[in-house]
Amino acid sequence: MPDLLQVKAIDVFYGDFQALFGVSLSVEAGQIIAVIGANGAGKSTLLKTIAGLMHPRRGEIRFNDLTLTGRPAFDVVNHGIALVPEGRRLFPSLTVEENLLIGGQPRRPGPWTLPRVYDLFPVLAERRHLSAPALSGGQQQMAAIGRALMANPRLLLCDEISLGLAPIVVRDIYMRLPQIAAEGLSLIVVEQDIAQALRAASHVYCLQEGRVALTGATHELTRETISAAYFGV
Amino acid sequence: MIRVEHGTPSSRIGVMLIAATLAILAAAPFWGDRQTLRLLAEIYTFVALASLWNLLAGYAGLVSVGQQAFVGLGGYALFALAILLGVHPIVAILIAGPIGAIVAVPVAALIFRLRGAYFAIGTWVVAEVFRLLASQVSALGGGSGISLPAAVVIAMAPSRQVREFETYWLALSLTVIILAAIVMLLRSRHGLALTAIRDNELAAQTNGIDVWRIKFAVYVLTAFGTAMIGALIFLQKLRISPDTAFSVNDWTAFVIFITVIGGIGRIEGPIIGTIVFFVLRQALADLGSLYLLIMGTVAIIVMLLAPKGLWGMIAERFGWQALPLQRRLVFEKETRG
Amino acid sequence: MQWLNIILQGVLIGGLYAMFAAGLSLIFGVMRLVNIAHGDLIVLAAYVSLIVTQAMDIDPLVSLLLVVPIMALIGYALQRGLLNRTLGDDLLPPLLVTFGLSIIIQNGLLELFTADSRRLQAGAIEVQAFEVLQGVWIGVLPLIQFAIAVVVIAGLQTLFYRTAVGRAFRATSDDQSVAQLMGLDTRHVFAMAMALSLAVVAIAGIFLAVRTNFDPAIGPARLIFGFEAVIIGGLGSMWGTLAGGIILGVSQAIGAQIDPGWQLLAGHIVFLIILAVRPQGLFPKVTG
Repeated sequence: MPDLLQVKAIDVFYGDFQALFGVSLSVEAGQIIAVIGANGAGKSTLLKTIAGLMHPRRGEIRFNDLTLTGRPAFDVVNHGIALVPEGRRLFPSLTVEENLLIGGQPRRPGPWTLPRVYDLFPVLAERRHLSAPALSGGQQQMAAIGRALMANPRLLLCDEISLGLAPIVVRDIYMRLPQIAAEGLSLIVVEQDIAQALRAASHVYCLQEGRVALTGATHELTRETISAAYFGV
Repeated sequence: MIRVEHGTPSSRIGVMLIAATLAILAAAPFWGDRQTLRLLAEIYTFVALASLWNLLAGYAGLVSVGQQAFVGLGGYALFALAILLGVHPIVAILIAGPIGAIVAVPVAALIFRLRGAYFAIGTWVVAEVFRLLASQVSALGGGSGISLPAAVVIAMAPSRQVREFETYWLALSLTVIILAAIVMLLRSRHGLALTAIRDNELAAQTNGIDVWRIKFAVYVLTAFGTAMIGALIFLQKLRISPDTAFSVNDWTAFVIFITVIGGIGRIEGPIIGTIVFFVLRQALADLGSLYLLIMGTVAIIVMLLAPKGLWGMIAERFGWQALPLQRRLVFEKETRG
Repeated sequence: MQWLNIILQGVLIGGLYAMFAAGLSLIFGVMRLVNIAHGDLIVLAAYVSLIVTQAMDIDPLVSLLLVVPIMALIGYALQRGLLNRTLGDDLLPPLLVTFGLSIIIQNGLLELFTADSRRLQAGAIEVQAFEVLQGVWIGVLPLIQFAIAVVVIAGLQTLFYRTAVGRAFRATSDDQSVAQLMGLDTRHVFAMAMALSLAVVAIAGIFLAVRTNFDPAIGPARLIFGFEAVIIGGLGSMWGTLAGGIILGVSQAIGAQIDPGWQLLAGHIVFLIILAVRPQGLFPKVTG
């Protein structure tokens, strides 16, 4: 199957500090990929760069046969890549419903509409007119995912959606991922919770200090190999 | 043992050049004509005003567009003291300082409730209030203003030439004192705190620096100096009115443009900026509103393209410092006999 | 009776002050920018209207149809071309650049139009008044201006809280990066906000020009009135700004009645008192 996303050897810097060294990654249509690694390994940086919030100094990003390298984030989302940012980052001045509606700002055609998102996360429908900060952590995470889905992306980037949430809530959210991926939506899931990531994804990339230390199909990799790559021993 | 050293090679040269320049300037009454003395005195007052504004905005982060409040306050203090209380003009200039500081205390208490740009506009409102109040004081000419009576002028010195020399030396010494005070402040422990605030206010606060107390103190001290300069300016003009005393264009616009172009947050900036300002003015021969237009445009361009100003660019490029303001730790071996 | 007339006048001019303030607080709300040139832009709008009414021989209120789009366009270009570059964490650049702009506009207008006082003629409507109670008169023009001020503020509220554009403004103001993730070009959003602000400024400018004499130097005073209305009313609330404008207008009217020289001073003093005892304003919006 042809690759939907191809990240080719990108170097990303924060000022003078290099965060990613020659990172390559590819995602096929309908695939769920996990990116794991310790804190500071560069996972969020990778997602932000794919989303267009940061730009690589070297390397290339190709999506759907288009070169997206260097394009601003508002352009990238118009082409079909949506990011659920780390820490949820809902708009505090907007209600839940307004957050979802603004997610649909790009007006891309697709199956995800407001009713459909409420179907996926009924608890949001109940709280649609509350201001975003009034929701619990888990509900906010659902709202953030719903907001990204409203853009009808072909590739959804999820940055640490389990962060700060109780395990049962995390399981609840991950349970719905198959529903999201069902219609051919690809996902890249960045996770601290390795077990959860491996359960959800078919392929995994392990980052260590800005480099890809390990990659492969989840069912082929052993616990030991992953640990070694994660900690860099 | 650890010592703190302030000088750099360029600052040593800088200090010598400054000393030489001061000597030449002090002798100006003997080599310069009346025009030159007046021009130089004007330059000194702008250097002083700009340096004070720089301390307030560039170091303490308090951007005021209302310093004309204290310029006018100082001017009116001088006229009030001299005319109504018969105080000698030069003594009146010295008293204007504390008057400015005392008034600054309740003013600060009020406007410090505003932040950022709203603080700036607040300072403007205060200046407006002062202007309107001054128009109400009929003893000092009300809305049309008043001239300094001949008796007061004569009290300074019987001959005009001696008076011109006196005001010239006053301007020079006041400016030098203000600059020296600023340098001493920046070299002190409080100055270190100020520089920290300039660089990163939040970090300064989390390091235990009482940011608000320092800002308050700087505001009051700046008012002190500004009021004295204001008194001096209007002693020279011999006439005051609410509109000239509290003019935004004369005492704030030019001062801000000078400091921006010269370099905010560095001592040398206002000096460089004043020189540029006066060179441009001579070159453009005082085209009035067109001149303000040009200065404003240049200031905007500098702010966008070279936010550290002319001196900022030079200093970063060559690492120069005209004044010994660096802090270096020098570790000396203790010798035991 | 006389006092009732005076207070009524104050209320009506408060509407104008609220319009001065509306554009200012809109911009602050969306991009945390305080435009020091705001008052001078109001005066610029007055002069644009002067040119338009003279060139096309039309009524000032009709000239609104042209002046509003012209000012909106100027606002878009100004933000996109200049002010967007000043936005960031440092508060110095936007302050100093807009201050420089203020000086440039004032002196540019001075060069083009001289310091002569001007006034826009609106015709008979300027002197029309009607009696509401015995001895209590309301001018038709001030009443229209007040009504339009209320409509403008209501319109802005509706725009902000019930439309997609308003959502975009609020989201961009909350979080610029994430707003970009929603497909919003923040440079464009900010420019639209400034265009909207200057559209309101255009209306305020024409009302000002019809009501009083204007010249290039009166900009800063309008900025101060708008600013005082915002602070008295409370940051973040448009209706609070209307209340602030009314309080300011009434204070000035009462002050003027006591002594003509006290008109402006009375307003400033009320502002300073509010600042001293209730710095958050009378009707602050509690934002999340």
